[in-house]
Amino acid sequence: MRIRRLMAGTAAVMTALAGALGAGAVWAQEKLGQPTDKSLGLQPGAAPLKHDAIWFHDIILLPIITVIVLFVLALLIWIVLRYNKRANPKPASFSHNTAIEILWTVIPVLILVFIAFFSFSLLRKYNDMPTPDVVVKATGYQWYWAYDYPELGVEGVESRLLPEARELKTAHAAKVPFLLGVDNELIVPVNKVVQVQVTGYDVIHSFAMPAFGLKTDAIPGRLNSTWFRAEKTGIYYGQCSELCGVDHAYMPIAIRVVTEKEFDAYIIKAGGKTKAMIAAEEAAAAAAAQQTAVNAVASADASAAASAAAPAEADAAASAAAPAVQ
Amino acid sequence: MASNASVVHDHHHDDHDHKPGFFARWFLSTNHKDIGTLYLIFAIFAGLLGGALSGLIRWELYEPGLQVFVKGSLLDQLGVFQGKHGYNSVVTAHAVLMIFFMVMPAMIGGFGNWFVPIMIGAPDMAFPRLNNISFWLLVASFILLMVSIFVPGGPGGASEHGFGGGWTMYPPMSSNKGSPGAAFDLIIFSFHLSGASSILGAINFITTIFNMRAPGMTLHRMPLFAWSVLVTAFLLLLSLPVFAGAITMLLTDRNFGTAFFDPAGGGDPVMYQHLFWFFGHPEVYILILPGFGIISHVVSTFSKKPVFGYLAMAYAMVAIGFVGFIVWAHHMYTVGMGFNLRAYFVMATMVIAVPTGVKIFSWIATMWGGSLDFKVPMLWAIGFIFLFTVGGVTGVVLSNAGIDYSLHDTYYVVAHFHYVLSLGAVFAIFCGFYYWYEKMFGIKYNELLGQIHFWLMFVGVNVIFFPQHFLGLQGMPRRYVDYPEGFAYWNKISSIGYAITAIGVVVFLIMIVESVIRRRKAEANPWGEGATTLEWTLSSPPPYHQFSELPVIKDDDGHH
Repeated sequence: MRIRRLMAGTAAVMTALAGALGAGAVWAQEKLGQPTDKSLGLQPGAAPLKHDAIWFHDIILLPIITVIVLFVLALLIWIVLRYNKRANPKPASFSHNTAIEILWTVIPVLILVFIAFFSFSLLRKYNDMPTPDVVVKATGYQWYWAYDYPELGVEGVESRLLPEARELKTAHAAKVPFLLGVDNELIVPVNKVVQVQVTGYDVIHSFAMPAFGLKTDAIPGRLNSTWFRAEKTGIYYGQCSELCGVDHAYMPIAIRVVTEKEFDAYIIKAGGKTKAMIAAEEAAAAAAAQQTAVNAVASADASAAASAAAPAEADAAASAAAPAVQ
Repeated sequence: MASNASVVHDHHHDDHDHKPGFFARWFLSTNHKDIGTLYLIFAIFAGLLGGALSGLIRWELYEPGLQVFVKGSLLDQLGVFQGKHGYNSVVTAHAVLMIFFMVMPAMIGGFGNWFVPIMIGAPDMAFPRLNNISFWLLVASFILLMVSIFVPGGPGGASEHGFGGGWTMYPPMSSNKGSPGAAFDLIIFSFHLSGASSILGAINFITTIFNMRAPGMTLHRMPLFAWSVLVTAFLLLLSLPVFAGAITMLLTDRNFGTAFFDPAGGGDPVMYQHLFWFFGHPEVYILILPGFGIISHVVSTFSKKPVFGYLAMAYAMVAIGFVGFIVWAHHMYTVGMGFNLRAYFVMATMVIAVPTGVKIFSWIATMWGGSLDFKVPMLWAIGFIFLFTVGGVTGVVLSNAGIDYSLHDTYYVVAHFHYVLSLGAVFAIFCGFYYWYEKMFGIKYNELLGQIHFWLMFVGVNVIFFPQHFLGLQGMPRRYVDYPEGFAYWNKISSIGYAITAIGVVVFLIMIVESVIRRRKAEANPWGEGATTLEWTLSSPPPYHQFSELPVIKDDDGHH
């Protein structure tokens, strides 16, 4: 409790300070979801983690490092003016001052402890993912991304840079963002916790989304995980962030955040099942299983081999029948 | 030791400045000063080459769209660095040249060879022939790197020359699938040779410093530059074998079917990253530590004051060196490490700011109360202190994993490490170059040309790299041949900065040529009372063999 109040208090002071310093995030007319030309700070956030990261950077880190740099600069300017050979022809000869040496060791330590306090709490937030509403898997290929919704039965949505977005001229003609526009965006619902599982197929790529504060390496043989909760519908762009070959700059990440309704419609259109449908089916299956159990008791003398084979057959039948359900 | 040296030199007491013929002197050289000069010439050459490559990068990034690394461009017609793969191999070659063939040879091979023996009052390095092979292995290594640029390296077939996987060489990009050609194998061999060169050099320095100090030159009276090279030598000795192991595993993965880093065979690409950065992080301190030593001497000399907090300065470097070994995974916050591991690396990384802060403040305290003379070396030193502070505080920002998810592999990182290396290490090199120019070559440089060189470089590099912070904050990824229009403005500014810097480098070359033509006679000590280390007690240039009679260091000599 006290910590929270302390943080709020510091926040108020620091916000004023950061405002005075012209921190980048308060820059006017920044685009959401893609870089803005001539801007100075972090891209505006559209997810809680990024808001926290921006706060940490603009309110804690940026003022501290600016003050340190200005302090050193001021000392240097003072030295140049005061202790040049004309102003001070006779040099002093001291070379020790224990008190000040202790001071400039201890004060940086205190500053770092102060930073670490906020740093760890941000790291904790990144680490502690709430229970996800939607799980997507992003796989990096040379040079495109493929998205799966493993729980919803949608697989292999390939997301490639639009051919017209490769060149400046064609991108302008087609009114698509140069080097960012893709054919199939990753579609996710707004205000839902989305877990992104990230892996690489061939070489290491990196799944990055500045507006959500995400960057997770897509490493072959490893399944990494990150998460976000998009606060606003719209389209957000990121770019592959680990050198992956000639078209490293040509495999953007585009996330389209839509309402839950639109998301469900998309999943169904893509041949998957919404969570509601899966829940309904599960309920039906449970009822059917109960019925089967009753029947099984009735025909208790069926052979052991047959009953062992049954679940596998039932699974296969269920998955074959799945698209037909819709 | 002392008696041995004097016995040897008694035999040809009168001709101790006798030099061998040209070939024997420069190709079979065992004299630490000649080898130092060779290293410096080599470093200038590699630096010009690496700088030219960064020119290609800034030319391409001047505006959105492909201009240089594209079919039909000038480069394409020349047949080097063709296409987007060419861009990646330029980025790789730029990094490798600047790190392994410019900064390291200049700092350790050049200034280290020249001045560590003199500063500690020794006649030469402990193993003069080892010193010779250290240099020539580096030349062989350089040739391998150059050859690699012209042999197939990319997966796209014979037209993709050179290795395009970055200086970090992460597999599977660097596997035989990601980079199938011979280019990368050549680079591995190149690193083997340069690594061997550095390890031999490190052994030589450690032995020299531990065994050949003049009578009375205790470790705690030793000049800070010698301290910095000692710490650096230990970092090299401990980190390079790990690196050699990692790239050898890459080599066998590529050619002999092992699967150290191939997940399909039970390996792990992240393991490579741990091994690489266990070397790679100490490596960045290897690049900067000798610079710390140089700056200490220059600041003290031109303030006419002893170094403030000498022992703290020496042990701050030891601390930086030690902590440098236990922070490597802050380069890897995005690979998927557990919370505790990330939290540890955040904390350990931030600790480095403390000894670094001690150094910055001690330099300022050295100047405080001094009688400052703003000769060219002092300008570089003050420029270094300020720019290294800027690069240092962005390092504190990046140490926080929570922010690193927004900034990792963006231009913010590029700006950070160029502030500490391009503006830190390189400024320290220029600082040392001007400081010791008269001493090494026996001629005076032109003060005005030196000043113009400094100001052009100071403005130029800041215009290049400061806007890159903004690009990184907006999310522009590194190693991109082309970028969305949202990054256009600051990229253009950055490229303009390159042009300013390039003019600065031209002035540097003019400065050298002018001084060679004019041949103004050097003084033994042009800097006056502030220059207290042993090299200023010798003539400029020093005799071919110095200290036939070892100097005796007394407590109040103040040689540091």
